[in-house]
Amino acid sequence: MMTVRPFAAFIAFLAALVSAPALAQTPLRVDVTEGHLDPLSIAITDFVSAAGADGREAEIGSEISRVVTSNLATSGLFDPVDSAAFIEEIEDIDLRPRFGDWRVIDASALLVGRVQLDDANRMVIAFRLWDTATEQQLLGLQFVSSPDNWRRIAHKVSDAVYERLTGESGYFDTRIVYVSEGVGPDGEPVRRLAAMDQDGANPSFLTDRGYMALLPNYSPSAQQITYVSFRDGQATSYLYDLETGRQEALFDNGGTGGQSLSARFHPNGRELVVSAERRGGHDIFQFDLRQRTLRQLTTHPSDDVEPSYSPGGRQVVFSSSRSGQSQLYVMNADGTDPVRISFGEGRYTTPVWSPRGDLIAFTKQHQGRFMLGVIDANGSGEERILYDGYFVDTPAWSPNGRVILFTRGDASPTGTDYSIWSVDLSGFNLRRLPTQGAASDPAWSPLID
Amino acid sequence: MKRFAFAAVAAFGLLASACATPQPEPEPEIDTTPVVDTTPDRDPQPTGPVPGSLEDFEVNAGDRVFYGFDQYTLTNEARATLRRQAAWLSSYPGVRILVAGNADERGTREYNLALGARRANAARDYLVSQGVDPSRIETVSYGKENPVCRQSTEECWARNRNATTVIQSGANS
Repeated sequence: MMTVRPFAAFIAFLAALVSAPALAQTPLRVDVTEGHLDPLSIAITDFVSAAGADGREAEIGSEISRVVTSNLATSGLFDPVDSAAFIEEIEDIDLRPRFGDWRVIDASALLVGRVQLDDANRMVIAFRLWDTATEQQLLGLQFVSSPDNWRRIAHKVSDAVYERLTGESGYFDTRIVYVSEGVGPDGEPVRRLAAMDQDGANPSFLTDRGYMALLPNYSPSAQQITYVSFRDGQATSYLYDLETGRQEALFDNGGTGGQSLSARFHPNGRELVVSAERRGGHDIFQFDLRQRTLRQLTTHPSDDVEPSYSPGGRQVVFSSSRSGQSQLYVMNADGTDPVRISFGEGRYTTPVWSPRGDLIAFTKQHQGRFMLGVIDANGSGEERILYDGYFVDTPAWSPNGRVILFTRGDASPTGTDYSIWSVDLSGFNLRRLPTQGAASDPAWSPLID
Repeated sequence: MKRFAFAAVAAFGLLASACATPQPEPEPEIDTTPVVDTTPDRDPQPTGPVPGSLEDFEVNAGDRVFYGFDQYTLTNEARATLRRQAAWLSSYPGVRILVAGNADERGTREYNLALGARRANAARDYLVSQGVDPSRIETVSYGKENPVCRQSTEECWARNRNATTVIQSGANS
């Protein structure tokens, strides 16, 4: 099984090169205003290797460049310049580039880097990020790790560039767990948990074909997931350790035999919120992982489901049919003061609180269509639809709150085809996630240390 | 389970059509050799499902009830089916059942798991009100994960909004 452990990477700043005097110009910054995208042009050169180095270093150097280019382009905030247009060939990243060569091909930013294997077979990757207009170095960093970690380093370089140029943390060194939607030999549905890097690399299955697995969510440490398992015959909240592959039912549902659904972690990692069936309907419960205690937060006779903590852990958003059809409600984390926050037409479901705290992603069903949207967490009712289509489910935020993954369904003659898509908070940059086969229920890990 | 139901319905249909179809005039020259084998240990001609069997339940009581979109209230038709189920179950007190609630695909996954539980519970509660011992009934929700059909049509979605009663044990075979 593929698991991701934090790896030892020594990170150091590179010494700044002798600079030309700064030109009076506004600092280079990607405009990330919500509502439009104005991608920044960036030239990403193949990371160089020392003269006489073996072919492996050069290979890793171009692979890193390829991964960084793909990451930044996929974000929608960057427009990588075609390398065929490059004039200057970078040979030594410790020499100042010929900025005119880069300005003339409209590269606002320039990324150069180097790969070296040292005597202990450690891989040293250094890079510099330049503003071609002011001719200033924006960032110079060096990572030291083992050579087989080159892909993770490429993601970390991407995150560093993204953060320096957007002012927001990145999301490239992350993993995604999702449900692989297959069909068995007798036409029966097969739902298995699968995991991959954010860009689709390193795919693997986490569960086998023997039982249905649905609705995964990450722990704040990225080392555990919760999911809904049919291992015991009915929907049951499970906790799955990604390091060891061990899994267990979160709790015995009071001996009632009722189902328990998708559990989400409190930011402290010790508590979860989950909906479970009691006396014929679903209510929201808090589960304490250490004490193994379950505390009931809602008691309304209508179904209360799909709870999600605010990033500070002080509030919980959930969906409830208490007003007739499903709507969104926010309550204190102890279950007090539930307040309705959705007021538009349609059935509102699957609320998920943004990591930034100000917005809640949701899905809505109205007049036969499904929509993905975001609504103000403060109860003003202000909402924005980001995607509208045949079917939408299970929004999942990028760790920086900039991108939303969601399940999308498209009608086909053989039934609905499910796939995972990403969309920028602006509503632009809609992209299909490179999963292997039909997929649903994305969960996005936090940034991995 | 579905294959059983399908086979039973098909056999029933053949018998019905055999009765209804006008028979051609017999040929004038009749073979007088007896066609009926009277060997006593031979199985009787099929006359329908074995009483107390899965087929009997599915054909003569009806194994599922249907719900409206986003609903879990029982229709009159659903109540009638459940009354037949309850009557059948009272005749075969050793039978234990699982009531599985299902939803169409026009809803989100978690919402539909909760809705399926409501549907199963509504059917279970009605069976209990008709005298079935609750200890004989288990419920489960499959949400939208176990559809009987996959087409993206209203007709298919309507079939998938159901509570299906599955005999767990105690049936005749």
